[in-house]
Amino acid sequence: MHSICFQATGVPGSNYIFDSCSPALAISKPINLRFCGLRKEAFGFSGLTHSSSGRVHFSSRGHSKKVSASAESNGSPPKSFDYDLIIIGAGVGGHGAALHAVEKGLKTAIIEGDVVGGTCVNRGCVPSKALLAVSGKMRELQSEHHMKALGLQVSAAGYDRQGVADHANNLASKIRSNLTNSMKALGVDILTGVGTIVGPQKVKYGKVGFPDNIVTAKNIIIATGSVPFVPKGIEVDGKTVITSDHALKLESVPDWIAIVGSGYIGLEFSDVYTALGSEVTFIEALDQLMPGFDPEIGKLAQRVLINPRKIDYHTGVFATKITPAKDGKPVIIELIDAKTKEPKDTLEVDAALIATGRAPFTNGLGLENVNVVTQRGFVPVDERLRVIDTNGNLVPHLYCIGDANGKMMLAHAASAQGISVVEQVTGRDHVLNHLSIPAACFTHPEISMVGLTEPQAREKAQKEGFEVGVAKTSFKANTKALAENEGEGLAKLIYRPDNGEILGVHIFGLHAADLIHEASNAIALGTRIQDIKFAVHAHPTLSEVLDELFKSATVKAAASSHGPVSEPVAV
Amino acid sequence: MQTQLGSAVFPRLLRRSLSYIPSILYSLHSLLNLFHFFRFLSNSSPQSQKHKEMASPFLSNTIISFSSSLSSSSSLPRLAPSIPFSAIRSKSTPRRILTVRSKIREIFMPALSSTMTEGKIVSWVKSEGDVLSKGESVVVVESDKADMDVETFYDGILAAIVVGEGETALVGAAIGVLAETEDEIAEAKAKAASKSGASTPSAPPPAPTPAAASTPAPPKSTPAPAAPTVAEGPTKTVATPYAKKLAKQHKVDIESVVGTGPYGRITPEDIEAAAGLSPSKKNVGLAVVVETKPAAPAKAPAASAAPSSLPPPVPGSTVVPFTTMQSAVSKNMVESLSVPTFRVGYPVTTDALDALYEKVKPKGVTMTALLAKAAAMALAQHPVVNSSCKDGKSFTYNSNINIAVAVAINGGLITPVLQDADKLDLYLLSQKWKELVEKARAKQLQPQEYNSGTFTLSNLGMFGVDRFDAILPPGQGAIMAVGASKPTVVADADGFFSVKNKMLVNVTADHRIIYGADLAAFLQTFSKIVENAESLTL
Repeated sequence: MHSICFQATGVPGSNYIFDSCSPALAISKPINLRFCGLRKEAFGFSGLTHSSSGRVHFSSRGHSKKVSASAESNGSPPKSFDYDLIIIGAGVGGHGAALHAVEKGLKTAIIEGDVVGGTCVNRGCVPSKALLAVSGKMRELQSEHHMKALGLQVSAAGYDRQGVADHANNLASKIRSNLTNSMKALGVDILTGVGTIVGPQKVKYGKVGFPDNIVTAKNIIIATGSVPFVPKGIEVDGKTVITSDHALKLESVPDWIAIVGSGYIGLEFSDVYTALGSEVTFIEALDQLMPGFDPEIGKLAQRVLINPRKIDYHTGVFATKITPAKDGKPVIIELIDAKTKEPKDTLEVDAALIATGRAPFTNGLGLENVNVVTQRGFVPVDERLRVIDTNGNLVPHLYCIGDANGKMMLAHAASAQGISVVEQVTGRDHVLNHLSIPAACFTHPEISMVGLTEPQAREKAQKEGFEVGVAKTSFKANTKALAENEGEGLAKLIYRPDNGEILGVHIFGLHAADLIHEASNAIALGTRIQDIKFAVHAHPTLSEVLDELFKSATVKAAASSHGPVSEPVAV
Repeated sequence: MQTQLGSAVFPRLLRRSLSYIPSILYSLHSLLNLFHFFRFLSNSSPQSQKHKEMASPFLSNTIISFSSSLSSSSSLPRLAPSIPFSAIRSKSTPRRILTVRSKIREIFMPALSSTMTEGKIVSWVKSEGDVLSKGESVVVVESDKADMDVETFYDGILAAIVVGEGETALVGAAIGVLAETEDEIAEAKAKAASKSGASTPSAPPPAPTPAAASTPAPPKSTPAPAAPTVAEGPTKTVATPYAKKLAKQHKVDIESVVGTGPYGRITPEDIEAAAGLSPSKKNVGLAVVVETKPAAPAKAPAASAAPSSLPPPVPGSTVVPFTTMQSAVSKNMVESLSVPTFRVGYPVTTDALDALYEKVKPKGVTMTALLAKAAAMALAQHPVVNSSCKDGKSFTYNSNINIAVAVAINGGLITPVLQDADKLDLYLLSQKWKELVEKARAKQLQPQEYNSGTFTLSNLGMFGVDRFDAILPPGQGAIMAVGASKPTVVADADGFFSVKNKMLVNVTADHRIIYGADLAAFLQTFSKIVENAESLTL
């Protein structure tokens, strides 16, 4: 494996992904989005918090586990295993799984052919957050109007490109070493080389030119992630036609850059580039920008993030051919109409960023050895993330998490899936509720969401015969947001008025990415609106936006009497 | 019978049927049929309701006016006030006029909350000439609580924006006009113009209901030529996203702009130039004030009014925006007009000074240092000339004597300051001066080094200028303009002629604090010091 990727800033519904697959699939998998985010656990903290317990388990692990493992296995596969669990790919998903496996007392190894941390840490959400932090500050400093309103005076803001690039790079190395150390500290074996499945419960790994090692494990998790997807006809030279991998190095800030794909990656990069002085042209295959977002949020986001900025866009078009700048010519982009396939326009720009989504990285994984065929590169899995073979049967002891299965291409989703798998292999049945996994786009202001969009909820409601309620609150009514002079924003709650179930929450506004967790936790724990609306929020905080939101919902069901918050507590 | 369809915009089917109207209109029966037909076509029931009500005015006046309106909630088209109709009737004599205009719709300020009485347009999502389809956001309106997107309920073309971004309108007032086809754009525009331009005394929207009023515009009998928009041919113009935005904003025809950017693309700067905007905003016009400075004092407030009274630029002229330094000069010069100044001149004999200069020149002493030292010594004896008037009510006596010396640098003007010029000796002053000039050239002067002057010296003598007049910089009490020293025939008290080097100095001062006698005394002292130049070396 060359890289382990849990994508972060991925583009949802980006043109080409949708185009290359059947439309039915695109619709049936509306949450096939990629976002950025890292579980806190993925960082150094976890190394500290778990180290003691991990060590205890480590020492007591030896005999018993091996014995039980061989006792359970019936027949041909090895009688005893080198490991309880082998994870192929040390991205955020693999890391999350490894940590949890150690906590559960499993002897764990992780195979990585490239660098620990995968896409998220090295080429995804982590370095992009560094760039976005810079863009947020630049935006603030450049906004004369905003500053004046606060009574501040700042002379012209400027930046040093190399300094910004270094910041992103330093952050990635720091997180990478945190990740590596946390695994080493817990006793996870990090095996270097490309991992290939050679048979049931058997993996070989090794560097090119070195003899392969074969290791066995009771259970194997595939967590090989994804790589940027580049549609054919587009020639990536890494200088003027680039993917997010190159863009994150910020080797140049072009005057005018076309961004192909207006999903998360595209949006976040448009935020960075415009803050650093570039002009941006979006190229989107679908009829509107930001597909995948709740339409209302998308509309507002477009009004704030696109229209007032130095951005224009072409929608409903494919970039069929992109030629890098050479021989004194700019980058040339040929566009065709997405529906009629007629040539539509030719653009001449200084650079093009291909943000058309991510493709699973599953080649060379040896899946044929266990009779598994990928679908568009994705490893087919059931709801418990067990790999399905060509005959539709489950492959025993083989799981796939993260971008490689395509369920939800988010770093923290991968990690959650990894934990879910470890729970299963240690004897507790667990099915991850993907609708409780939040997602965020770190533009300024941020966008975040969890659960269903309004159209998805209405579709479901029609099918299942319930009513849908929608409540909204504006950041304009929030004291803290106004104190920050950032009143632009909207929070939207989609719920069932009959029983108070939260179906989805969408936030666009200051710190939206941090605010979403109250909602995602409520969904994960099954908390109902009639109960959560009694929970108290500190005043004045942005979290009151959600407080308002829950309170503005009209739920017919009464608060549960045994609810922890409604119960009187003696002080 | 005349059917005035104007540029009416009916669905195709309806339009075809209307061409038969003349022949059937006399019959009430068929007329009612027509109404049924309309009702059948109209998609909202209140509308057809209205049509029914309209039957009676129709019968009495034999005028039909259909107007529908676009608003967020129930939109009830009303029969128009009669003003436009009388106008039509007097113009076109025929007995009956059938005016059918249902497809120019107004977009109204919606009531977004029960308490909302007026709304502010945050932004127009669409621009004039944009094609809209049902359900699309057209405009963003800010209410007391939130910004809301207002959607169109009809397909059409946004013909005109009546209320611009940032403006407010009462709930129910028309904020834009929607035409169904390009042909109606001109008419719609006329309608919009009548809305915004002409003072319409009949304007007050009577309905507090969200259902907005719709006033049909005077129909034009001639369909205007097709709108000039949507003329995008295959011609290849490359403009950057921001350039396009600016062009739209400033209504610059982007096709007419010549791009100067890389690969000949049109940049935002090109659009700004085409729109006559100088990139660094508001320093257009001030240039004139500076140039006419000697004559200007009469019109202090002219500064702000200047841009409007500017003659149009001579063809072929180029506009070069000020540099930061030039802007600062300009600003100071305009400010100086608020100070009542006067001037006093004095001839100074410089033979002694010239002799001293010859002596000390090899030691690096410059004439500037000599003059600054002389002025500083004179100022020490006349502190009022070193004072300034900050508020128009008091004297501010400066504890230090800091001589600012005007220097021309690369198209700019700066005044490095020799601080404590009275206390430093000539050599130190000269050395200091050299440093300052070098720093000024390198643009490294610290603010303290150019804005701490208490008195300014300006010397044009080296160019052979015999006398000139300086403008008093704001914040100082006086400025001395020094001319060239020239051999002059003089007669002394005894009647003997001799040739002496004479230099004319001219001091401009703020008369609020420095009076004629003060200046005269100061100049006399200055003259004595120069005439006894040896004292400068002490």
